[in-house]
Amino acid sequence: MGAKHFGARVTRIEDPALLAGRGRFVDDIKLPGVLSACFVRSPHAHAKIRGCDSRAALVIPGVHAVITAEDLPEPMRSQSLPMLLPNPALGTVPRQFVLAREEVSYVGQPVAVVVADTRYIAEDAAAALIVQYDVLPAVSDCRGAAEQGAVRVHSDIESNVASTFRLAYGDADGAFAAAAHVFIEGLWQHRGGGMALETRAVLANHDPASDALTVWSGTQTPHIGRRVLADLLGRDLQSIRLIAPDVGGGFGPKAVFYPEEAAIPAVALKLGRPVKWIEDRREHFLSATQERDQYWEVAIAVDSQGKILGLRGRMLHDTGAFVPWGIVMPYIAASTVPGPYVVPAYQLDTSVVLTNKVPTTPVRGAGRPQAVFAMERLLDRVAHELTIDRAEVRRRNLIQPEQMPYEVGLLFRDGKPLIYDSGDYPRGQQEAVALADYETFRARQKAALEQGRLIGIGIANYVEGTGLGPFEGVTVRVLPSGKVAVATGATSQGQGTRTMLSQIVADQVGCGIDDIVTTTGDTAAISQGVGSFASRQAVNAGSSALVAGQAVRKQLVALAARTLSVVESDIELENAQAISRRGNKPSVSFADLARLAQGIPGVSLPAGQAAGIEHTTYYTPAQASYCSGTHIVEVQVDAMTGGVKILKYSVAHDAGRIINPLIVEGQVQGGVAHGIGNALLEWMQYDANAQPLTTSFADYMLPMATDVPTCSIAHVETVNPLNPIGVKGAGEGGTIPAPAAIISAIEDALSPFDVHFAEMPLTPERIVAALRAAGAYERLFAA
Amino acid sequence: MGKQPTRMNVNGKSYARVVDARLTLADFLRHEINLTGTHLGCEHGVCGACTVLVDGRSTRSCLMFAVQANGCEVTTVEGLASGGKLSVLQQAFIDNHGLQCGFCTPGMLMTLTELLRENPQPSEQEVREALTGNLCRCTGYAGIVAAVLDAAARLRSADGKKETR
Repeated sequence: MGAKHFGARVTRIEDPALLAGRGRFVDDIKLPGVLSACFVRSPHAHAKIRGCDSRAALVIPGVHAVITAEDLPEPMRSQSLPMLLPNPALGTVPRQFVLAREEVSYVGQPVAVVVADTRYIAEDAAAALIVQYDVLPAVSDCRGAAEQGAVRVHSDIESNVASTFRLAYGDADGAFAAAAHVFIEGLWQHRGGGMALETRAVLANHDPASDALTVWSGTQTPHIGRRVLADLLGRDLQSIRLIAPDVGGGFGPKAVFYPEEAAIPAVALKLGRPVKWIEDRREHFLSATQERDQYWEVAIAVDSQGKILGLRGRMLHDTGAFVPWGIVMPYIAASTVPGPYVVPAYQLDTSVVLTNKVPTTPVRGAGRPQAVFAMERLLDRVAHELTIDRAEVRRRNLIQPEQMPYEVGLLFRDGKPLIYDSGDYPRGQQEAVALADYETFRARQKAALEQGRLIGIGIANYVEGTGLGPFEGVTVRVLPSGKVAVATGATSQGQGTRTMLSQIVADQVGCGIDDIVTTTGDTAAISQGVGSFASRQAVNAGSSALVAGQAVRKQLVALAARTLSVVESDIELENAQAISRRGNKPSVSFADLARLAQGIPGVSLPAGQAAGIEHTTYYTPAQASYCSGTHIVEVQVDAMTGGVKILKYSVAHDAGRIINPLIVEGQVQGGVAHGIGNALLEWMQYDANAQPLTTSFADYMLPMATDVPTCSIAHVETVNPLNPIGVKGAGEGGTIPAPAAIISAIEDALSPFDVHFAEMPLTPERIVAALRAAGAYERLFAA
Repeated sequence: MGKQPTRMNVNGKSYARVVDARLTLADFLRHEINLTGTHLGCEHGVCGACTVLVDGRSTRSCLMFAVQANGCEVTTVEGLASGGKLSVLQQAFIDNHGLQCGFCTPGMLMTLTELLRENPQPSEQEVREALTGNLCRCTGYAGIVAAVLDAAARLRSADGKKETR
């Protein structure tokens, strides 16, 4: 069977319903008798809860209940939310309860839930609820939080340092002692959000007749969510069905299990009515997890030619008030720094520090944009100080294809040695250089400057660990209708997962995309599942789709051969039919074969025939995969306003074999947009008392259509030897190097003024401040 | 809470309801008459996911009360396809990968339907400027911009054919 669909620009099966307004997101699901919930959240970053007076709330007509921690069922009442990613480097872990019991430790932490006939009434009642607090001092800045005698983030935890760990190999101190040059950078990177356009949402319904609890949640990880919920409710796993229907964007924060996902089912059970909660945008700013706040002090040691000899430093990671995903992000950041370069010696000491802010968990990129920013800013510094071209200094240090597989010397977050199995980094950079017309840029820059325009170019490389385990499964089943069912624990928040899996299965089974019926994100569809994060679904679920598809193909061929009385090698599968190549080419449809495989009641199946035509595979990767790429961006900066316009954005990336270029290009382009937001716009700000200051899209700016150019994209496909379909993952690579490249370009554009940037986001205000400090305006006005 | 009778025509069908004065048009569409294609992304008038046409003009349905639409003609995303066939713009979104999660898409389509009606030959810059009232977190806008330019060309070519006939 040739690959008709794998590799083709297949338009998405998801699209027609979504375009017609027939998508089904959580809030589109209508259950009779449904009640609306509103959470009452802490207005303080740190406080003791003294009491809660719900009398005024409860007398409002249409209010059904006010639920506080004490009203929750056991074991949820006394059991905290689980830490799903344990790590020996984690110290005493603060425990978050579904509803806060005695102390609140960030603004937005859920304290109570109000249930009413409508959301309007529920919000009225939430406003009428009186919660009394004794306000405690709060920790807003992670830098002071780690010091001795600092204010405590949690009253019952002595140290705000949740973890410290060192990642190292080689002789870093020796490398620095022998180096021709050493350069040091102090970097800061902002806290931002995933900001999916659909906010979080939970709907729960308990059917007393079957004792089945059905929960719809806009989650990236329904199987994990069901497991946690079963534990918190003390229910058997099989009595809970968790469905992620259409989900309006994920980007990481929806991979977390949230208190609201436990509280809403508990309330539905308690009231005997379906209950729905739809987060509003302000709540999303307050209570959906965020990422990226890190402070770095890093130094690079190079020889006289700019070859890297070593890298060492310290990094401080602000984890917020809790650690629901452990130390995953700082760990990934620390192990991503060497990236595509030969770094002979490395040592990074990381401290993970609690603050009274909403917890951080992975947001598209997950620690990697920060690491790439650190490495690439250092290389720009080397280029600048040694007067070597920026692309050239990188070229001199890239790992060569003949060095593959390349063992970095660290362990990755999957606990396995960090080994790049494949890739051609010099070729990737060369392709980006060609796309960007990099070689002629200096002439263009000079010409622009003569016209009074400040343009600059920036470049950044990355390697991204992707495709993480433990597994993802796919069931392929031929239905009596002749359709082919594909079910998976993988989930989609817009990535085109259903189309991607359908392409793989259609090729294997011998049918059209239209013959495939997919189910994603439903715990009833497949017994085990993990979900979407770490650019892992094409690697894991895609591989399972291939193996399950091949198995079903074998079953179809065997049964068709028996049915048509021909040998198996004569059977071809096409258009959901099995056709014999011989004689008058007799055929049998998939529908008939599916029925035959179900047998006749009371009659034994023929020897060798299994029940039904179906197969389930759970692909388990042996280790992480590593994709890579180069971004080159050209910008124009208005020195008077600090405004930045991106003129040209070029991407060369290696995501391994590409299943659907249409979808992969969409992932890259969308990822770049997220990176542009991180570089220039998005900044979740808090005051000194850890009060959030940016809680609307008017204060926290997302990139608009005028901010994001259409990228030129080159696919550098090197086959991943680690999985049967050769893919590496494509979900996050667009975001990871973008801030590094953009900020590099801004600095280059402003090189006449010799300003240096070491932070993101780089807002117009910061650009103007740097120019002012550099005396740029005196020069501009004198000119 | 004050109840008000309100009557409006949505996608060619007349609806009369008695609603709370504070009920937004978006919630009216979604929960009173079950047209859930209109989405709410921010409820403060920035993201544009809730955009519908009110008397032909693109309007934030999260910032308008249902009673303010009394007597109006409202078009939502459900009204764009005709006879089960997607509009040229909707089809161009499929062909150019103009959507990923699809949550912002209904608002995008309404804004762009208005744009193409008023400017059948928009430049890329005009398309981008028209889109500044609609946020998309997934696509990075490239597929959307391409879809609009493609749809505009297809619509002009269809009009051209009609005229020569």
